[in-house]
Amino acid sequence: MSKLHVETSINGEAVEFLCEPQQSLLEVLREELDRTGTKEGCGTGDCGACSVLMDGRLVCSCLVLAAETSGHEITTIEGIAQGDGLHPIQQAYLDNAALQCGICTPGLVVATKALLDKNPNPDEETIRYWIAGNLCRCTGYDKIVRAIQDAAGRLAHPA
Amino acid sequence: MGNLPKAFGQSVRRKEDPRLITGAGRYTDDQQLPQQAWAAFVRSPIAHANIGEVDTSAALEHPGVVGVLTGAEFAASGLNDLACGWMIHSRNGDPMRVGEHPALASQRVRYVGEPVAVVVADSRQAARAAAELVMVDYDELPVVSDVEAAAAPDAVVLHDAAPGNQCYDWEIGNRDAVRKALDEAAHVTEIRLINNRLVPNAMEPRAVNASYDASRDRYTLYVASQNPHGLRMTLAAVIGFGPEHKIRVISEDVGGGFGSKAFNYAEEVVCMWAAKRLGRPVKWTAERSESFLTDAHGRDHITTARLAMDANHRITALDVSTHANLGAYLSTFGSLVPTYVYATLLSGQYDIPNIYANVVTRYTNTTPVDAYRGAGRPEAGYVVERLVDVAARELGIDPAEFRRQNFIRTFPHATPVEMTYDSGDFQAHLDKALDMIDAAGFEARREASRAEGKLRGLGIGCYIEAAGIGPSARLGKLGSGAGLWESAEIRVNPTGSVEVLTGCHSHGQSHETTYAQLVADRFGISVDDVEILHGDTDVVQFGMGTYGSRSGPVGLSAIDMACDKIVAKAEKIAAHLLNVPADTVTFEDGEFASEATNERLGFAEVALNAYTAHHFPTTEIEPGLKETTFFDPPDFNFPAGTHVCEVEVDPATGVVRIARFVAVDDFGVIGNPMVVEGQVHGGLVQGIGQALLEQARYDDYGQLLSGSYMDYCMPRADDVPDFDVGFTETRSTTNPLGMKGCGEAGSIGSPPAVINAICDALGIRHIDMPATPEKVWRAVTSAA
Amino acid sequence: MYPFNYHKPSSVDEAVSLFLDAEDPAYLSGGMTLIPTMKQRLAMPTDLVDLSGVQAMRGIERQDQKLVLGAFTRHAEVARSEVVAQAIPALAHLAGLIGDNQVRYRGTIGGSVANSDPAADYPAAVVALGAEVVTNKRTISSADYFQDLFETALEPGEMIVRIELPIPRRAAYRKFPNPASRYAVVGVMVAQFDNGVQVGVTGAGPCAFRASTLEAALAADLRPEALAGVDIPDAGFNADLHASAEYRAHLVGVMARRAVADLLAS
Repeated sequence: MSKLHVETSINGEAVEFLCEPQQSLLEVLREELDRTGTKEGCGTGDCGACSVLMDGRLVCSCLVLAAETSGHEITTIEGIAQGDGLHPIQQAYLDNAALQCGICTPGLVVATKALLDKNPNPDEETIRYWIAGNLCRCTGYDKIVRAIQDAAGRLAHPA
Repeated sequence: MGNLPKAFGQSVRRKEDPRLITGAGRYTDDQQLPQQAWAAFVRSPIAHANIGEVDTSAALEHPGVVGVLTGAEFAASGLNDLACGWMIHSRNGDPMRVGEHPALASQRVRYVGEPVAVVVADSRQAARAAAELVMVDYDELPVVSDVEAAAAPDAVVLHDAAPGNQCYDWEIGNRDAVRKALDEAAHVTEIRLINNRLVPNAMEPRAVNASYDASRDRYTLYVASQNPHGLRMTLAAVIGFGPEHKIRVISEDVGGGFGSKAFNYAEEVVCMWAAKRLGRPVKWTAERSESFLTDAHGRDHITTARLAMDANHRITALDVSTHANLGAYLSTFGSLVPTYVYATLLSGQYDIPNIYANVVTRYTNTTPVDAYRGAGRPEAGYVVERLVDVAARELGIDPAEFRRQNFIRTFPHATPVEMTYDSGDFQAHLDKALDMIDAAGFEARREASRAEGKLRGLGIGCYIEAAGIGPSARLGKLGSGAGLWESAEIRVNPTGSVEVLTGCHSHGQSHETTYAQLVADRFGISVDDVEILHGDTDVVQFGMGTYGSRSGPVGLSAIDMACDKIVAKAEKIAAHLLNVPADTVTFEDGEFASEATNERLGFAEVALNAYTAHHFPTTEIEPGLKETTFFDPPDFNFPAGTHVCEVEVDPATGVVRIARFVAVDDFGVIGNPMVVEGQVHGGLVQGIGQALLEQARYDDYGQLLSGSYMDYCMPRADDVPDFDVGFTETRSTTNPLGMKGCGEAGSIGSPPAVINAICDALGIRHIDMPATPEKVWRAVTSAA
Repeated sequence: MYPFNYHKPSSVDEAVSLFLDAEDPAYLSGGMTLIPTMKQRLAMPTDLVDLSGVQAMRGIERQDQKLVLGAFTRHAEVARSEVVAQAIPALAHLAGLIGDNQVRYRGTIGGSVANSDPAADYPAAVVALGAEVVTNKRTISSADYFQDLFETALEPGEMIVRIELPIPRRAAYRKFPNPASRYAVVGVMVAQFDNGVQVGVTGAGPCAFRASTLEAALAADLRPEALAGVDIPDAGFNADLHASAEYRAHLVGVMARRAVADLLAS
């Protein structure tokens, strides 16, 4: 069972790596590529902490085999910010105190990006249903919902 | 300088967020050490068994394996058992009965998930694969998985030291007076309640990375802990890893705790031991299934309670009998939770002249139970608020009115169960909460729901809790093995910026922000010029960590007092600089002034002079500007509030939807309202989760049936409503800032509010938590 | 996960031959069940044959009175497909209720139908619509396809290539989700065709089935009220932490009534 050679794009950068077939994308990101911003909360695709975008679509990186990413574009939390500044979604999370311990936050920020890319003006029910795959034990979700609404406004009307 | 707006009390943006929101936080599992090795634990798949032969030969041959260590080797290591930090005495005076609790079992396993061996390998995958190859012979024993089964006369006994599986039979209050009041009562309401067992589920799994530097004979332990200093003390003094200065514990960013990361766990001990034995740093991060099986669970009480009332509907007595499940072993605070932070809160917000509580705790073949957000107080609040609600309905009185009639109205108020409430205004939050939820409009909303075939109900939960536990001497008398003061060290740098070292630990509570706000105001500097340091025993001298809602009232008070000392010294230095008598110097808004001169000095200027030491006699005043305080609170503080829940039930399916939820809390003085609201929201969802969704269920074989997110129902964003949160304020008198703890309130007031609302909607007396759709549907069906 | 060989064929034939050549293989078709199962070391295939590169298994197409879904069509593609929304809106609705976003972007209809989880959503549609499961070897009618708990008519190595769903006049799907997993405790699809009403039930039994008593009642009177007195025996129904067999039987009735109401309103 030899190592597989994978060519992919991570946060806009061409990346090549070798992996075992059984390594997940999450494992490779964290342990081989030193991109530890993406977190593992359950390892079975139930908590969303490891959410990344694959060709713009929200997926749990713990359930994607690293080998499957060949030829695809991956965006992680490290690729959300624009240059040195925060992305408007991140700024909205910060301004609304939408995080506490922060472990689920990378996944939620990525999930928010996926939502607002698709639906720039979601109502609250849509937001709550959209992020139902991302568990947060600290915030009770209220301020996350507020932050997503705020982020939608910022993206629609950039300052 | 001198004109900065006050930061404390404002919703200042969180200073910790820029790193956490970009993925740049440093959690334990994010860090790899040179020569890193990984541990995987071999855990018992059986709830109760004697251990036979342990064959490690196949595992040792697996590629990448560095070593396999068994319980037998651990037993020979000279290290001590995991211990409980609180001694409880039974009512007959006997000390609690404690059995063995080795970090790796060698003789017997007592719950599914108990570690019996550890495999250390070059990679996580190799360690996990090799752990599957360790062959353990188990000689199965009978199993008791609930507290009632454990009490049966023929029940199997887990620990020889604890006949009948009983750990203690404890009491508080005056039994005879309560009996008399019950006999003389005009009305007695009785209820039997189950407080469901919960799994904490911090979203960051527990994680450990232990290394040992032989050249310095020193351990370094990275660990996701709420209490790094307490853990170091335990590892040194209890487990026996050597003196504290030979152990460094680092808990940098920690992904939530809720109590579950405040304890000393087997994995920390075993990884440290293995790191020294094998000469490699040993890292372990729980898989979620391991978290379910080994993070200390919460709650798990069965209670019968009786409330006595006179003809005027005044409560005259409360009698409570509780059976609490400790799990297979006594966890770090396992003995405390069902006693001094439970039964001491049974007076709730009410003037109850006579209270008696008897608590019997037993061991079962389940995961150990310990403090989980609220820890004892949610259990007490649930008993009181369910009982009061049922009593009001039996008496035909409006539940809010019945509460009002029985509220404590003067302070301080000594209850019959140890506590003296120093402050509060219970009617204020009840009235405000009912106003905010528009209780007056409820009947119209109920009618509107009925027209759509839905049942609507309103429920109140008035809670009081005891936060910031202290003073230490009193806790010592009650059985605590430690003091519960907090330390603070303030280092003013020569340029006037400030470092604050605290023994509290933030794992979501925003200390880096709220603490900085206070310090900034005290010195008239910017919040950005204050750095809060915590979570490293080499940096902070000592502390007691964060749990029990202590970081504001206790931890920040210590900082406030250290600020007093800084100001006092700086004033003396300023007097020399201004050339005026010391007693004429004042410090306000960042400026030192004196009536004796027009000259003023800024905080940074005095700081610089403190270090240059050119202008004051160092024989009288030492150079430098750094102060330390240890604050021991003179008493608990008593956050209280009213939570009101409005539910709408679909009688056809039993689904409960929370239509509105209002929480009004009295946390005394609030440092950062945005942060405090977040604490309330999080607590509310954990409480709502307990009331509607969450339950750790075991089968008769001691297997955890709800051991994954497929079966343990975590609240998700579309399960819960928006919250309407308000505050009232009565200052706490037990700390200089007037603060009351805010971390646990949400999880205490909400479960009874939800259940009372469901009972109101259905017109039933009681339903046990979690009120799942099927349970509610059955209640609707049998009520019809 | 235990080590395995990874293959990514580009045709059906190549996939099948890789499968047949391997010792203990599994097809990877989204992996939303298979990967977690492997990670929990409950499955240990020697070889994974990733079907994501097989173009013949992709695509959504309307062919006359049939909707044809390639087996590798992901749930999110079905949920937002204009073609599906035009042909069988209830199917798009069903797909949008599966799991969560992260699952819907990865999971596929072929994977779901091949796995035949008793609580999966798609099987309700497959039986209610009388779909045909087209494999690399043959066409299997939905009446024969689902056999028992995780058991289907598929033979070892046999692979679903596409699913062909007859387009009803109207249809509706109602689901009572498991509060923890969001799988269906009970899911009911009611479909009205020119020649009758078909009701597919998932979640309640060991595998999806047609509810003939409900169909008979609705054939006579296609209104929710028509189901009022219909007895739904719970014999053989699933029972777990979340719902007893009795409650599931009750929910079949409730979900069916609500689906009929939705259907009439559509």
